[in-house]
Amino acid sequence: MSKILIRGAKVLGGEPQDVLIDGGAIAEVGTALSAEGAQVVEADGKVLLPGLVDLHTHLREPGREDSETVLTGTRAAASGGYTAVFAMANTFPVADTAGVVEQVWRLGREHGYCDVQPIGAVTVGLEGKKLAELGAMHESAAGVTVFSDDGKCVDDAVIMRRALEYVKAFGGVVAQHAQEPRLTEGAQMNEGVVSAELGLGGWPAVAEESIIARDVLLAEHVGSRVHICHLSTAGSVEIVRWAKSRGIDVTAEVTPHHLLLTDELVRTYNPVYKVNPPLRTERDVLALREALADGTIDIVATDHAPHPHEDKDCEWAAAAMGMVGLETALSVVQETMVDTGLLTWAGVAERMSFKPAEIGRAKGHGRPVSAGEPANLMLVDTEYRGSVDPAGFASRSRNTPYEGRELPGRVTHTWLRGKATLVDGKLT
Amino acid sequence: MQRHLISAADLTRDDAVLILDTAEEMARVADRPIKKLPTLRGRTVVNLFFEDSTRTRISFEAAEKRLSADVINFTAKGSSVSKGESLKDTAQTLEAMGVDAVVIRHGASGAPYRLANSGWIDAAVINAGDGTHQHPTQALLDAFTMRRRLVGRDAGIGQDLAGRRITIVGDVLHSRVARSNVDLLHTLGAEVTLVAPPTLLPVGIETWPCEVSYDLDATLSKSDAVMMLRVQRERMNAAFFPTEREYSRRYGLDGDRMARMPEHAIVMHPGPMVRGMEITAEVADSERCTAIEQVANGVSIRMAVLYLLLGGNEPAATHTRTEEK
Repeated sequence: MSKILIRGAKVLGGEPQDVLIDGGAIAEVGTALSAEGAQVVEADGKVLLPGLVDLHTHLREPGREDSETVLTGTRAAASGGYTAVFAMANTFPVADTAGVVEQVWRLGREHGYCDVQPIGAVTVGLEGKKLAELGAMHESAAGVTVFSDDGKCVDDAVIMRRALEYVKAFGGVVAQHAQEPRLTEGAQMNEGVVSAELGLGGWPAVAEESIIARDVLLAEHVGSRVHICHLSTAGSVEIVRWAKSRGIDVTAEVTPHHLLLTDELVRTYNPVYKVNPPLRTERDVLALREALADGTIDIVATDHAPHPHEDKDCEWAAAAMGMVGLETALSVVQETMVDTGLLTWAGVAERMSFKPAEIGRAKGHGRPVSAGEPANLMLVDTEYRGSVDPAGFASRSRNTPYEGRELPGRVTHTWLRGKATLVDGKLT
Repeated sequence: MQRHLISAADLTRDDAVLILDTAEEMARVADRPIKKLPTLRGRTVVNLFFEDSTRTRISFEAAEKRLSADVINFTAKGSSVSKGESLKDTAQTLEAMGVDAVVIRHGASGAPYRLANSGWIDAAVINAGDGTHQHPTQALLDAFTMRRRLVGRDAGIGQDLAGRRITIVGDVLHSRVARSNVDLLHTLGAEVTLVAPPTLLPVGIETWPCEVSYDLDATLSKSDAVMMLRVQRERMNAAFFPTEREYSRRYGLDGDRMARMPEHAIVMHPGPMVRGMEITAEVADSERCTAIEQVANGVSIRMAVLYLLLGGNEPAATHTRTEEK
């Protein structure tokens, strides 16, 4: 059945309306729409948002299919209300050629749970030495527009400058993992009171802030646009705020975990809290929330980083960095931003769908909920309260910091071009 | 007492004083012709060393053997354990063999905490030094040495270190000894001052229960004990200080500086000492330097810890202090 009537949904958190989907597109939005010939989904006051778009996902395929694949990762994405994810380039082999990015893009299409937009590496093998074939990746079927050496910083100022300049030719953007490498040698956690006590190597805020400062100045100098990945400190917020006030074309993302968790959790030495950039302090968390609310930080991106159990079930120093996030992102944003009154649901749609799609040039995603638009939509039950049970995750990995923690909200339905990928909380 | 000894910060004042008092009883065993107690007969203790430390391992081994425990030494240093699973695998192997206690030394901060709290193992875990985090038995033996020298061997029983002024000098940033000592000495009522160049003090130190100074000369005359930390030569290459000579001039302890300490004040060093850099031979070999005593006291402290964690409520030694009176 290609016609679906979503009845009584709070579109972007507004008054309840009906939304009629027909043949993959939104046919009509209004009240008391006819259900004739349509399958009816009773929304019962749930919030309807455009399908979420994640500008920062690790799908691990090719190379680490034991942690995640395009299939399991996109199923996790659909469970979390996403209809498009940008897959990071740090796979094995690295996504630094047209061949690899096309493979990842095609797998996403074939599985049909979520569109996968590959991110291309900035430099060959993420080694920071030689530009990858950025143009070839852009011209491939995958149509890459976002480039990042994520996991590593493009720390050479000249390479960064050239990359920023080069991608202007096709409207690309360089997404920087801001981490000054010398200042973070041996880094295990945020440098501060807790690291001093625990004797774990410190990852100082200035290692992130100094790179952001450099890169916004480079972007200004060459007239290009730069995107800052997983911004994590109060100081970084100040730099981005200054850059924007100066008219520099910079955008920035924050992860859900940096909006909620602090480095106090590292006292447990549980590597589930080990992530890069590291969990920061309460002061940073509050600054990030405020910056996301006022638009200094443009978007929420998950940095979904799946790791198998054995890479986390060990001592802290030996453990892999990263957390899964696709299936809990919206709940964390509801708890930290909506339930605190900092953001409306329309604001959530802006930061988790419209704006990330715009930054990444994701066609057909992040569009208004109105007639004629592609039916990429999701429903969230905002009244729901329940504790997180990783056993139910669609992701192949379970490294969530929220196990057993109560979080609000539950995604019940997701539609990708009018086809349901999630119904009543169950994947199709 | 808790079941494990992971951090000096986990000890209450009463726990710590109990360990020091018990160590005094244990010390008497060393004076006997047969240095052995039957206390841990039938118990198995593993010394699990992922990082080289002959001194600490031998000290624990002597303590275990004097308490009649069955001792297994397991050394797993180097790259074979760079993938962390081996800690869990090794722990579970030991568990399957019915081990009662694990004494662990590990290069990664927090490894003993993980071992004790991850459900991998039921045995008691004693931290013999983890990364740059903690070395609680070192702090206990240092406190024991201070109490003996500054309060008195018998007068010290039941006492803490209230009001004593302790100065710790050197590479605080990388020192588990410094961290453990700050925690324990604070618990015991002492006033601690850390002295180091700013590069060798961790960011965030301002929340520690101690004073911080960059000036050794200004603190010497107000110190009851000056504890010198070992400075690894490779720190020089990482730009923590300009040259060995400059470090030595500003933070080394020589005869002149020692002369400015109060008459009763002692010089301590956890060893091994780098003579000429952080401490001159003149100071190291002086009557006031307790480095060798600290080694001897280490065995008594470790006996006390093993006894209290594993031995239950029976008297530690048949010759208790009361009986001797």
